[in-house]
Amino acid sequence: MVIGHGMVGARLTEEIRRRDPDGERVALSVLGAEPRPAYNRVLLSTVLAGGLGAGMVALPAVPGVDLHVGVAATGIDRVARVVHADDGTTHPYDELVLATGCRAWLPPVEGLGGGEDGVGDGGAPAPGVSVFRDLDDCDRIRAAAVPGARIAVVGGGLLGVEAARGLAGRGVAVTLVHPRTHLMEQRLDAGAGAVLAAALGAAGVDVRCGVTATAWDPATGLDCDDGSRIAADGVVVAAGVRANTALAAEAGLAVDRGVLVDDRLATADGRVHAVGDCAQHTGAAPGLVQSGWEQAAVLADLLTGADPAARYRGTRPVTRLKAAGIDLAALGEIESGDELLRVSDPRGGRYGVLALRDDRVTGAVLIGLPDATATITGLYDSGAPAPEDRLALLLGRAVPPDVAPAAEPARMPGSTVVCRCNTVTKNTLVTTWRAGARDVEALCRRTRAATGCGGCRDAVRGIRDWLERADPAGATGADPAREDAA
Amino acid sequence: MDEAAGRTATHCPYCALQCGQWVSPSGEVDARAVYVTKDDPTRGGGMCQKGWTSSALLTHAHRLTFPQVRDSRTGGFRETDWAGALGTVAARLAALRAEHGPDAVAVLGAGGLTNEKAYLLGKFARVALGTSQIDYNGRFCMSSAAAAGNRAFGVDRGLPFPVTDLADAELVVLAGANVAETMPPLMAHLSAAQLVVVDPRRTPTAERAIASGGLHLAPRPGTDAALALGMLHAAVVDGHLDRSYLDERTTGFDDVWRIASQWWPERAERVCGVAASDMRTVVRRLAATRRRYVLTARGAEQHAHGVDTVTAWINLALALGLPGRPGSGFGTITGQGNGQGGREHGQKADQLPGYRHITDPAAREHVASVWGVDPSSLPGPGRSAVELLDSLGRPGGPRALLVFGSNVLVSAPDARAVADRLAALDLLVVADVLPGETAARADVLLPVAQWAEEDGTTTNLEGRVLRRRRALAPPPGVRTDLEVISGLAAALDAPGAFPADPRAVFDELRRASSGGPADYTGISYARLDAGEVLHWPCPSGGHPGTPRLFAERFAHPDGRARLVPVEHAGPDEDVDTDFPLWVTTGRVLVHYQSGAQTRRVAALAAAVPEVFVEVHPETAARYGLADGDLADVTSRRGTTTARVRCVPSLRPDTVFLPFHFGGAGAANNVTNPALDPVSRMPEFKVAAVRLEPARAGAR
Repeated sequence: MVIGHGMVGARLTEEIRRRDPDGERVALSVLGAEPRPAYNRVLLSTVLAGGLGAGMVALPAVPGVDLHVGVAATGIDRVARVVHADDGTTHPYDELVLATGCRAWLPPVEGLGGGEDGVGDGGAPAPGVSVFRDLDDCDRIRAAAVPGARIAVVGGGLLGVEAARGLAGRGVAVTLVHPRTHLMEQRLDAGAGAVLAAALGAAGVDVRCGVTATAWDPATGLDCDDGSRIAADGVVVAAGVRANTALAAEAGLAVDRGVLVDDRLATADGRVHAVGDCAQHTGAAPGLVQSGWEQAAVLADLLTGADPAARYRGTRPVTRLKAAGIDLAALGEIESGDELLRVSDPRGGRYGVLALRDDRVTGAVLIGLPDATATITGLYDSGAPAPEDRLALLLGRAVPPDVAPAAEPARMPGSTVVCRCNTVTKNTLVTTWRAGARDVEALCRRTRAATGCGGCRDAVRGIRDWLERADPAGATGADPAREDAA
Repeated sequence: MDEAAGRTATHCPYCALQCGQWVSPSGEVDARAVYVTKDDPTRGGGMCQKGWTSSALLTHAHRLTFPQVRDSRTGGFRETDWAGALGTVAARLAALRAEHGPDAVAVLGAGGLTNEKAYLLGKFARVALGTSQIDYNGRFCMSSAAAAGNRAFGVDRGLPFPVTDLADAELVVLAGANVAETMPPLMAHLSAAQLVVVDPRRTPTAERAIASGGLHLAPRPGTDAALALGMLHAAVVDGHLDRSYLDERTTGFDDVWRIASQWWPERAERVCGVAASDMRTVVRRLAATRRRYVLTARGAEQHAHGVDTVTAWINLALALGLPGRPGSGFGTITGQGNGQGGREHGQKADQLPGYRHITDPAAREHVASVWGVDPSSLPGPGRSAVELLDSLGRPGGPRALLVFGSNVLVSAPDARAVADRLAALDLLVVADVLPGETAARADVLLPVAQWAEEDGTTTNLEGRVLRRRRALAPPPGVRTDLEVISGLAAALDAPGAFPADPRAVFDELRRASSGGPADYTGISYARLDAGEVLHWPCPSGGHPGTPRLFAERFAHPDGRARLVPVEHAGPDEDVDTDFPLWVTTGRVLVHYQSGAQTRRVAALAAAVPEVFVEVHPETAARYGLADGDLADVTSRRGTTTARVRCVPSLRPDTVFLPFHFGGAGAANNVTNPALDPVSRMPEFKVAAVRLEPARAGAR
């Protein structure tokens, strides 16, 4: 029995059916509160930016699952081992998995809605206000995001930055309000935050850090604690999330920020498990779907018996921003190293911090260095030693390697292979030329240079021309091959 | 025949490009143009060093020139005559069959055999031996691309367009292809295009890509499917889908997208190591270019999930509207000389001539009628090559093996296990030109003729049938493979006809292929000798052949190409603390396949005399090695001892071994025999290894 049919709940069913395709070991039933089958929440910012239609985010249907869409669990009876649902049904279980995810948090700002008294966590947003969590939110924001509209985004974390960039791409006048000193402060240092803010600014987003929203009034706009008022037609709130733990808490399970689980993803009640954003495990990377997917694979191993020794040991956090024209990655902890490199190129929109300990990458923040990002992430994931040339690693192709100019025939070592197809060296060409093959055709015929792919014909011509210049009288003059010493 | 010079027009013995050759009566070789266009009819032919030096094979001192037998594997061979050799083989095969049933005898063919040989060998197995146990070394080469092509397009022809079309390309993506070394003259057709090369190594082809303004994408070995999925995701999200093409010419996109939607480029990057921005760049360029191709080769295919990896590339090509569009397309670059024809005529375990399936009742009926036998007498599908080799000498497995044109002891994965299986056989018969590693283990050794000594046809990488012609006589005492098969059939008193004349065999092949996907009915020696350029299918004598498939429809009954949903699975085995590095295997320019021929050509052996292992210099230093040292490369299966070559452009987590060498230097000592579930292709291209200085006295 799985409660929750989001990305992680759906992945769990897929992983279980991969190990037990015919349902011989595990019968699966799933309750999903949203009125539609599972979809790819990670892609919502792409939908918001216009790269995808809302109909293109569905996840693959998993066969062999008793799926109840639009049915929310209302209670867990751990003694009777049943789950009660809001449609009046009860669902017995042998093993229960909580994959209830998290919800968007509404900060206690006057006029934003939420809470029991219309302010703060737990209620619906006010008119003109939307959180950015599910497809309905996405539809609502897109409907408001007509060109020329003015939208304030509250919260400069990953989701707020992606929303702001996506809205700007739709021709919306976007103001991003962030109460902290710099953007994405949980993952970026100040320098990176500044480069990111500049990139957003170049994309047309008005970024205001260190500013806290104090009140929203659809008639006047968003008031801030610095005394400013942002004229806006709507507000998108991306101020963080809270794990959905109420069911677990009511069932008497230990809950902190999330439902506490061990390396088996089990609560203190061995028959109840939790995965994804609703779970709290010391090694998990909050907010990254990767944690939930890795947990789903481990739990599927355990529940199907495919690998009873499977354990979840944590996830190496790699955060990637999905924002057109901005390449940003943050991985590990940049305070964690015994070695730190930092390059800053605000004018070029490039910034990099690389932390290493014992030769291994332990953290990095990289903006505008896409190929270095690929390499450094690979080293971080594999734990392999980093190359000796740290700066080259950090810069990647930002600094092109020293490309040797096409070798001058005179300076080319004699052993250089000119024609790879036929292993013809410069020495062979020189010898053949001195033996009387004075034009390109004759050189090629006798040595077979340029008779494969033909790509070296110009190089052969260059050597022939050089020989003619250096030794016009032929073998009687200076010996051009002497210059091979270079 | 070039009358003036007395030279014969034929084709190079090596790869599937089948470069044209003139061969003189004394065996001298010259280049002859084959890939000409109307615009450029005078364009000269080309050859790489292998082709230019191929004449050395004709007169080689090690040439096998008389049949040999021996009574025990530890004893020496003794010379015998053909009647004695064939009689001995036939008698022992008959005895084994009588005692253990027809499947006690197995046959292994090759992608280097002519169409005629491949056809007659398949018939010989099914009719003369009555065995289902026949497969061929193309299983190690083209099987993944073939299965993926059949699944997507309904037919498998490596390039469904002529090679010369590539000369007009503006952008070509080569996924796992090192053409500059493996098929050098093909680069002449790619000289105008910008190239994108996908290869863990900075190969000469990758260098050409960079020089052409293109890109070299260097994924971690075994992760190409993730790369292709990430690129498909980018194609969708960045607005590059060819929706009208998908609607009109394909089915299956929605299911494919449900998987690809989970492979946003940044996720794919984390798996494959290629920058997400590079994926987007390549997709953007592909979409913005009018004449563009995606071509795969063994780098994408030789994996335990090779079919799915090729399918992922096909899906990308279909999403961008490439296949079947003039000036664009998807293809696979066939490897062996007759790698295309070799997979069409029935030497494959599940196949009958004309690229028919052996389980299809209509196919069995048609072929049986051509062969003059009862359809029910034809065996069903047999084991694939690796499974066949693994079953040798085991209970229920074959007890005798006949090998034609293949050096499995070097070319099959997990070489030590293969040696054990060969040793367990009651009878090993090898027909070969030169005594390779496998021949050295035989009980009976049959000397056969080679390319310039016999007539026949091959089908090149573009599905075009080429005439090989006899330029000179084989040495006395040497017979053609067709003569050997024919003689064995006679000695076995086989039903049906087993002609030794290539033209007679080809004419029968034409009838047997009639109505099949690879229909050769209209292709004759006479038409080829008159200079006609004929690509299959060619269903009748007046038919002009089919240079370009898919212009109007794909070969599935509904005429549409199929996008097939595939996931990324990754390498079959992982690295760990004992085996911390990836090894990938491949080729060098001067050697061909197991090296049985090229290692014996002095000029080629001088260029690359021994096996080497490419290692990043810092990786080498970490394991106490320097350039030029001897290293042991050890996997969970065995060890390859090789000379270290430090290559700064290589991924530090990956080493590379060329597979042209035998014994302690055989790359296949370490490779993983894990098989693709569909194609039964072994995982040659990735395994987990460790690297250490060679044990003292290893060499």
